[in-house]
Amino acid sequence: MENLLATPTQSRPQPLLTSPAAGGTPVLQLTNIEKVYQTSTIETVALNRVNLTINRGEFVSIMGPSGCGKSTLLSLMGLLDEPTSGTIAVDGRLVTSYSDRELAGLRNLKIGFVFQSYHLINDLSVVDNVEVPLLYRPGMGGKERRQRALAALDKVGLGARTGHFPGQLSGGQRQRVAIARALAGGPEIILADEPTGNLDSVMGEEIMDLLLGLNRQDGVTIVMVTHDEQQALKTQRVVRFFDGSQVG
Amino acid sequence: MLFSYLKIAWKVLMRRKFFAFISLFGVSFTLMILLVVMAMFDHLVGPSTPAKRVEQMLFVNSIRHEIVDGRGWMNMPASIHFVDDYVRRMKTPAKVGISTGASNATAFTKSKLLPLDLSYTDGNFWQIMDFDFLGGRAFTEAEVKAAQHVCVLNEATARGYFGTADVVGRTIEIDLKSYRIAGVVHNVSAAHIFAYADVWVPYTLSPQYYKDNRISGEFLVVMLAPSAAAVPAVREEYRQMMRRVEIPNPKEVKALFSYADPILASFTRAMLNHKDQSVDDDNLEAFYLICGGLALLFMLLPALNLVNLNVTRILERSGEIGVRKAFGATGHDLVGQFLVENVALALVGGLLGLGLAAGALALVNDAYPIAYAHFSLSWRVFGWGMLLTLVFGLMSGVYPAWKMSRLNPVVALRGGGDQK
Repeated sequence: MENLLATPTQSRPQPLLTSPAAGGTPVLQLTNIEKVYQTSTIETVALNRVNLTINRGEFVSIMGPSGCGKSTLLSLMGLLDEPTSGTIAVDGRLVTSYSDRELAGLRNLKIGFVFQSYHLINDLSVVDNVEVPLLYRPGMGGKERRQRALAALDKVGLGARTGHFPGQLSGGQRQRVAIARALAGGPEIILADEPTGNLDSVMGEEIMDLLLGLNRQDGVTIVMVTHDEQQALKTQRVVRFFDGSQVG
Repeated sequence: MLFSYLKIAWKVLMRRKFFAFISLFGVSFTLMILLVVMAMFDHLVGPSTPAKRVEQMLFVNSIRHEIVDGRGWMNMPASIHFVDDYVRRMKTPAKVGISTGASNATAFTKSKLLPLDLSYTDGNFWQIMDFDFLGGRAFTEAEVKAAQHVCVLNEATARGYFGTADVVGRTIEIDLKSYRIAGVVHNVSAAHIFAYADVWVPYTLSPQYYKDNRISGEFLVVMLAPSAAAVPAVREEYRQMMRRVEIPNPKEVKALFSYADPILASFTRAMLNHKDQSVDDDNLEAFYLICGGLALLFMLLPALNLVNLNVTRILERSGEIGVRKAFGATGHDLVGQFLVENVALALVGGLLGLGLAAGALALVNDAYPIAYAHFSLSWRVFGWGMLLTLVFGLMSGVYPAWKMSRLNPVVALRGGGDQK
């Protein structure tokens, strides 16, 4: 099968064949980020003056205890939420200058998400799930969508399960489908929120190896939230959080 | 993308069978009732035998007399004097025909009494209306002028009296008068008040055939315009003509008003008439407004029910919404998806509604509420039904779709239903 995933999209830079050293081209820049959740009775500071730069081709782990703001940070990086204050820049351009529609387009082109609880659509087959991001890609026909989805499934070793439904797969297989979905659109960045959190250690290792391979061989930038110290140590950089603040 | 939406719509429908049943039942039952009403309406005013060229026809069912000194109004059909001296002298109609509303008559067979509805007509009536003849022909203008005792029977009368429909040339005795049968036609629905009868005879035999200058009589007038486009010109000429009509009894009657209307307008003018009947308004717009309002109101309740069910269903699909948004779906994409799902559901309900309506109409036809009326679902009714379904689908889908598109993706991914 043609390696569709290796074909760069129109606005996607050429993937790096090897992992670059830290200090390369910034792809995501968070400056003085604060995120405060306000209710009528209480104000919760989820993130406090966070400054973080993710360079192209990096594999960064974000660690910290539960409730320290890791997932909030990932949502902000994924342009799913807005900070209370501070700025986020993608490829050097502030996202405050984007409209909602442009933000959706940016997410579609540049970012792939992997969630702890997979978030597959149970009513759709494996291959249809993987096609979801491509449905929102302007000008892409059904045939190309299917080819790209199949190529992504091949890449994660699920080429033989395309017609299955999520309910028929193990946890590890579901997470592979989720990774294939994140890959299908050829994103520059994959944001993974505890991708091995629901898996046993063997399956967790498999998923970790898969992510490492994507980073090292295809140059995909990965930011991963994890509780697992061993897995974090396999990545290039570990960023630690405590009570909403970056501590290391 | 559309196929993907339809696929998931079907899956969601099948996942919640009870929800699907409730939704489909609401849609299909509502549409069934609307379609049955529309089929009856279509039978009444749509083109059908014998009024096949109904879009070229104009009807005059009464002349309104304004009585002097504000003593009220009197609505009466037209007299022969009015028809001959005014209507037939108009230039724009291709043909002017007359008939009377069916009156009771009786024929006796060897063994039983045969009650009949009898109508008096002229020769033009048969050229304007397109009856389906089983045998023979209509009577001619010459036979009418000569007041010959000829008649046309419907099939039921021929079979009821003679036991066969092959009776052309034979004689039938009605109200102790003998008539030679010129032709036999298929039964005509009693809903066609301008054309219905069991037996038609020349108007010159009518006891109400007065030759004086009275304006009111017993005749309904039907005019055939040369084309549908010429209908407004005929209406206008009729309007002008009415201004010239001489009132024979000015001490009693202050003014006369009469209008040539298309079939539906002839009903709406009579049904929704103004207090001041001199106002020339056929009330067609008011009629459509009332019907549209009633139909919308009727659809509103099941639509609201569906809205409620759909909004509840959103919460169950919040994870999917979150994922779609995370991977680049805009609010518009999600509104589109949910509307497609809802319209698809409504269309399935619409098709079921059509099936139910066909069954209900079969029951209505069996009950025989109107003589010889056969209500059926025409393509026109089908088209209207599908349009109603679409309106229904949009009505019940827009609000839930909008609400769905407003879900905050982070909250949606957590499984919550809060909005931005």
